[in-house]
This record gives sequence, C-alpha cells and structure tokens, in this order.
Amino acid sequence: MDPSESTSNLAEGKGEKASETADPRKNFNYPLVKYCDMLEEMKLEVVDLVVTALERHQGNYEGAAKTVKETMDKKYGNSWHSVVGEGFGFEITHEVKNLLYMFFGGNIGVLLWKAL
Amino acid sequence: MYQQRTAQPVTDATIAKRTVIDVNHDDDDDWLPKELQKPPNQCQLTPEELDEEFTRILNANNPLAPQNIARYNFKEKTFKCSPNVDHLVVHLDISGYLTFKNDGNEEKPVKPVQEEAETEEKATNTEETTEENKKTETSEQQTNTENSTENNTENNTTENAEKPPEAAPQPEQENDANAANNSKNPFNFSERALQTFNNLSRETSTNTEPPPKNTFSDTVTQWAIFDEYVKDLAQKEKANKDKTAKPAFGAKNKGDDHTFELPVENHVEDVYYRDPELKISIRKIERMTNQNTHDEITQDFKYWDDVADEVKGLKNSNARLLPLWKFVYKKEKKKHVTALCWNPSLSDFFVVGYGSYNFSKQGPGLIACFTLKNPSYPEFVYNTNSGVMCLDFYEKTPSLIAVGMYDGTVAVYDLARKSELPLYKSSTKTGKHTDPVWEVKWQKDDLYDHPNFFSISSDGKIIQWTLLKNELQKMDIIVLRYDKELSIKTEDPKTIEVENEDASIQALIEKDNNIEVAFDNASGSCFDFNPLDDNVFVVGTEEGSIFKCSTNYNKQYLMTYEGHQMAIYCTKYNKFHPRIFLSASADWTIKLWDHDYDKPIITFDLNSPVSSIEWSPYSSTIFAAVTNEGKIYIYELNEKKYEPVCEQQIVKKAKLTHIRFNKYEPILLVGDDKGNIYSLKLPPSLRRHSKEPKDEMQKLEKIILITSGRMPQNN
Repeated sequence: MDPSESTSNLAEGKGEKASETADPRKNFNYPLVKYCDMLEEMKLEVVDLVVTALERHQGNYEGAAKTVKETMDKKYGNSWHSVVGEGFGFEITHEVKNLLYMFFGGNIGVLLWKAL
Repeated sequence: MYQQRTAQPVTDATIAKRTVIDVNHDDDDDWLPKELQKPPNQCQLTPEELDEEFTRILNANNPLAPQNIARYNFKEKTFKCSPNVDHLVVHLDISGYLTFKNDGNEEKPVKPVQEEAETEEKATNTEETTEENKKTETSEQQTNTENSTENNTENNTTENAEKPPEAAPQPEQENDANAANNSKNPFNFSERALQTFNNLSRETSTNTEPPPKNTFSDTVTQWAIFDEYVKDLAQKEKANKDKTAKPAFGAKNKGDDHTFELPVENHVEDVYYRDPELKISIRKIERMTNQNTHDEITQDFKYWDDVADEVKGLKNSNARLLPLWKFVYKKEKKKHVTALCWNPSLSDFFVVGYGSYNFSKQGPGLIACFTLKNPSYPEFVYNTNSGVMCLDFYEKTPSLIAVGMYDGTVAVYDLARKSELPLYKSSTKTGKHTDPVWEVKWQKDDLYDHPNFFSISSDGKIIQWTLLKNELQKMDIIVLRYDKELSIKTEDPKTIEVENEDASIQALIEKDNNIEVAFDNASGSCFDFNPLDDNVFVVGTEEGSIFKCSTNYNKQYLMTYEGHQMAIYCTKYNKFHPRIFLSASADWTIKLWDHDYDKPIITFDLNSPVSSIEWSPYSSTIFAAVTNEGKIYIYELNEKKYEPVCEQQIVKKAKLTHIRFNKYEPILLVGDDKGNIYSLKLPPSLRRHSKEPKDEMQKLEKIILITSGRMPQNN
C-alpha cells in the first residue's frame, strides 16, 4: 500500500515537480549499467568502449553496434553479439561472465554478450 | 640272427656282389676261402624250400583308412559311397632350419661344392669300372682293380695336366665372379618371414565441458530506461544524504559516488534464533559436527582398551589413563576451575564452576554445564557476580545446582528454568557466610520434604540451607573453634562424649563473653557426610585439624584428628565403608583415617600439595588425587598399599584443582587452574569391582586391619 500512496502524492504535487524533474532529465546522458556479470576490470573497459562507439556513431546505431562487436571480437575472442536500440525485447543465452546490459544517453539501450 | 634270416631269401647275385665288395675290403689280409657260419639253432631248409619264392606286394594303401565311407548327398538325396579315400599317412615331418655357418664370406661354400662334384664323378667312374671288371674278369680281380685305380689316377693326372694352364691364373677371378653372380648359396639358404598381428583401429573421443552459460531476458523501452535513470538518481541522492550525515567519511568518498552500494538491511538474525524449531536443529547440527571432528576420541572412548594393562596387571606396571576430550570455555581461559560435578542422572552431563583461588585476583564467576557430546561449547552458562567456589547437583531433581561463591553467598540455580538468575540466593539481608564458601553438599530432605544443603566457609560456620517455597532458610549447624582445651580432651574418645559435653559448653559460654573469640574461630575448608549416618560429618580446616561433628551437637566435636600440618583441602568418606575417610592437605600428604581413631592408618606422600581427592564410586579400594604439579595419582589399596598404581602428568605448568569420577562410565574429569577440563578414560584394571557392595566393604576392612595391625573391632 505504501508505494501506491506515494505515487498518489506525486500526482498531487505534479505541477511543482514537473519543472524539477525536467532538469535532471537533461543530465540522463551518463552510462547506466543495468546488469553486468563481467569482472570489474573488464566491465570498466567495455563500458568505456561502448560509450566511445556510441559517441562516434551519433544516431547510427548499426554502425555503433558493429564497431562494438568487432572490437570485442578482437579483444576477448570470437562470437560477441551487440544490440543497440531505443526499444527491443530479447531473451539470450550467454557465456557466464560475459554479459553487459546498459543504458546510455537517456534513450539508448545496449546489450552486449558473448554467445556459446 | 635277424639279419641272417632275412639275408637268406636274397638272390645269389647280390651275394656275389657282396663277396666282391668284401674282397675289395680285405685287400691287405691273407685271404682264406670264407665259410658261412650258421648258428646252431637255425632251422635247416632244403634247397627246394630255399628256392621257393614268396611274393610280397607293396602298395600305397593305408590299411587303417576306412574303405566304405558313405556320405549323404544332398543333390541326389541318397547316401553315396565316396570312392576317394585318403591314404596318405605322415609319420614324421621335420622341417630343417639349419643354415650354413660361414654365411659371411661367400667364397668358401662355392669352391668345395665344385670339387665335391668332381670327386663324386670320379667315384662313380671307379665303381663303373669295377663293375665292368667284375663281370669280365673274376679271377684276376685284385690286379684289375689295381690297374683300374692306376688308370684312374693316370686319367686324373692327365686331366689335371690338361687343366692347369687355364686354371692356374684364373682361380681368384673365377671366385670373384662367382661371389658376384650368386652371392647366396641356393642350398643352404632358407627364407623365413613372419606376419605380425595388425591391431584393430579404434576411434575414441571425449567431450570437453561446455563453458557455463546463462540466459538473460529483458525488454528495452524508453520508459524503462527513464525509470532506471530516475531510480539511479534517487539512490545517489540517498547516498549523498548518508554521507552528509557521516561527515567523518564524507569528503574523500564523494569521488566514489558511482560505485554500487549494497542495500542496507536490518539485522534480523535474532528472529530466526528465537524460533524453537530452528534452535533444536541448530543444536543437532552442532552436535553432528562435533561428533565428526572428535570421531577418533569417541571411538577410543568406546572401544580402545590398553591390552598390555590387562595382561601385565597392576603389580608390575603403571596403569595408563587415556586422555579423551578437552573442554574449554574460550571466554574463561584465565579463570581457575574451582568446582566440578557430574550430573547424578545423566552420565554425560557435568557442571563446571569458574572462579579464582587467588586472593588478589578475584572477579566475576561463571557456571558452565558441558556434555561429553559437545566439547566445544557449554550447554548452559550462568554468570555470577562473585567467583564460584563450589557446586553440587541435587540428586532428586538433577536440574538444581547449589552454588557457593567467594563472597560468601550461596545460590541455587535451576537448569530447567530459562532465566539466567538463580532460583534462590542468600544475601546479607537473609544471612550469608562472611568468607568464601568452600563446599556445598545436598543432604536428605528434611521431615517436611524440603530440600536442604549444607555449606562450609572460612568464617568457621557450617550452615544448613533449606529451600522453602520462596525463600532460603538459614540455620547455623556448627561454629568451628580452634579450642586447645577441647582438642586435648578429645584425645580420649570415650570420655569426650560423656564428660566433655558440659565442660566444653561451659568453656564456649565463657569464651563467648570474651572478645578474643573471633580469633579462635577455626576456618573450615571442606567437609563430607558419612554415607550411613546422615548426622555425622568430618570437617577439614585451614589450620590442619580435622573434626568429626554431628548435626545434633552444634557446639562440640565428636572427634579431633591431628596429623596434617597445613590446610586441609579435601575430606572424603569412603563410599562403601562407613568409618573410613581420606583427607588431602597442602602439606603434600593424603591420610587415610578410621573415624573412630585419631591416628591416621596410612599416609601417602605425593611431593606436592594435594588439591583434591575422590574415592571411586564402584570400588572401595580405589581413589584418585590431583596435585599442584599437574599430576594425577590413582591408588588401588588392594594391589599396592603405599605406591600409586597410576601416576600421570596431565598438564604442564598448571595446577590441577579438582577430580571427579563418573558414576556410570569409566571417565575421570580433571580441572586445572587455566580453565581447562580434561576427561580421561580409566584402564580396565582400574574398573574391577565386586558385585556386592558388602564385598567391597570387607575388602577394605581387611586391608585396614592388616595395615593398622589392629584386631577386628569386635574383639
């Protein structure tokens, strides 16, 4: 019951908070890792790679995905798969310790995994 | 014989031929006409009979081969005789394997073959010539043969003469050519070969383990992304707030904002631990793990017995105690074990009192109940304000423990109660000892079935405590006095009971008025009740005297025993014999007394202060003692009267403080002044006892009569 009450409260004060939430929304451009089972070191490196690829291929998701995939294949061995998009659903089987699921820029979802 | 018989049917021609050959052989001898010698038993045949011819036909038929083999012919569907019977019989079949030895150089084998061929030719020539000669000239055989040989030699020479010019320069070349052409001698050479077995080929293959995999699914939508960012933002704000709340960490940790933090949960373990079912299963698992870790000890306890001990017997060898579990309560490593007591009804359960014997290092005490099943942690723990000095289990209700403390209070704890607080506790208000309580003992319930126990203290008082419904009732039984007058008079045991009563009372009354009375108080240190007479007990004092007292006379002693020079630490009545008791003292000795006589029967010197003794619960002649040296001594009076049957160092650099026999199992418990309790297994030789308690008593009685040189009391 508690959460529902809190949302109703939010709805009541919507007019005031709308302006407040508008500001942070612009700041939603940092990479946000939703799920990752990689080792810490590898994770940092891969996130960095994804961010650079996305920034280089602004608006070109296909190019970004391709770059990411090819770089990962070179660095960590074959058969990496990469999905970049604003909306998609998936169910994948991946090798353990080789999955990254992150958001970037407030509207892009990136999924990167190593297949078996 | 046989040769001659067979020789007879041979034709004349062959005989003639033979004779010729014989002639040739016997060239050099003087020739005489040869007579045929016949053995006398040879049957004589007439010439007709001799001429008779017997024809013998040799054919190639095997007589053993069946003549009439009939086989079923499937084509014509009838039995048919097979005409072809195999008549070949092989009797012997040897395949040669010899090869010429000088295979290495091929020259020699070639040359002799040629020469041999030549000589053979010559030989045949001579034979032919001789045959011709024999046909033509029979009379002049000798000369002809000579001639023929001469001719032959001449021929040879001529042949040789013809050959030399060609042969002489060639032989080496010929040999070389021969060697080159056919290097292998076709006669001596045999070819051999062997086909080895070809192994079958086989396919094998294995699968490597596939790398671990996982499935993952989600849906990416704009609103999901947005929610995620909002959540993240909220988390960050919360983290920031926490950091501002804790300024000590604040400044430096701000850089680590993006690191993930575990959600903080309230610690809820208490809720689980309060669940009674979980508690039971946790306890079970604890015991199981303990059983696993101490499995070897358990096996030893159950099955191991020193075989040598059984064989040698006690007279020849020292019995050995087998160390079993060691009990430590880790929090109380610095405290002394001041009391030990087995539970009277549970064979594996005992209680330990922790405190300190050191006057200057007193602190809070502890009562811990252990079971043999779990040496790692006590089952029950009770904290006390003052150091525990003594303990006793109540036999009727084995969950009740009477406790005496260093500050003079006594208390009764009930294990069945959940509370940590004692069931009863004496206080200054209700009355208590003013000095440490050295020993507490439960006694039989009083007339109203109230449980009661006795306590002894350094203040010289022996007090009986009765457990009423909601209070602990105190009653002074005796106040010990070190009274010289009294003790001198007690030397005559017969007079004391009759005359001395009034006198002593008078003396005491006189002294009560005196201020110095306080200094005459003897300080009790131990006591033990007579197993038969509930009223009689012996008291040991710190001054070294032992008094026999009765609960009925509260101002005087029945008997005084002088013998120890220093404080008595322990007095113990024998469990079978009602008159015999032991006393252990700081003056390094144990003395065995008959409570009707004021002189000790036997004195045992242990070379160190004896802190505790105990009679064995099953044999009247076995008792054990522990010393400050860390040694345990076990005496079996039936075997050796003056020497211990077992002397074993249990701890080094520590004093042993207490010893207890288990009533049910062959286990000894020993406590030391470092908070450790050791359990030891008694060897089989120290477990022997007679079935009847009466026998046990008589056994001891006999020994005592012999040692003291007294006649039995009846006389």
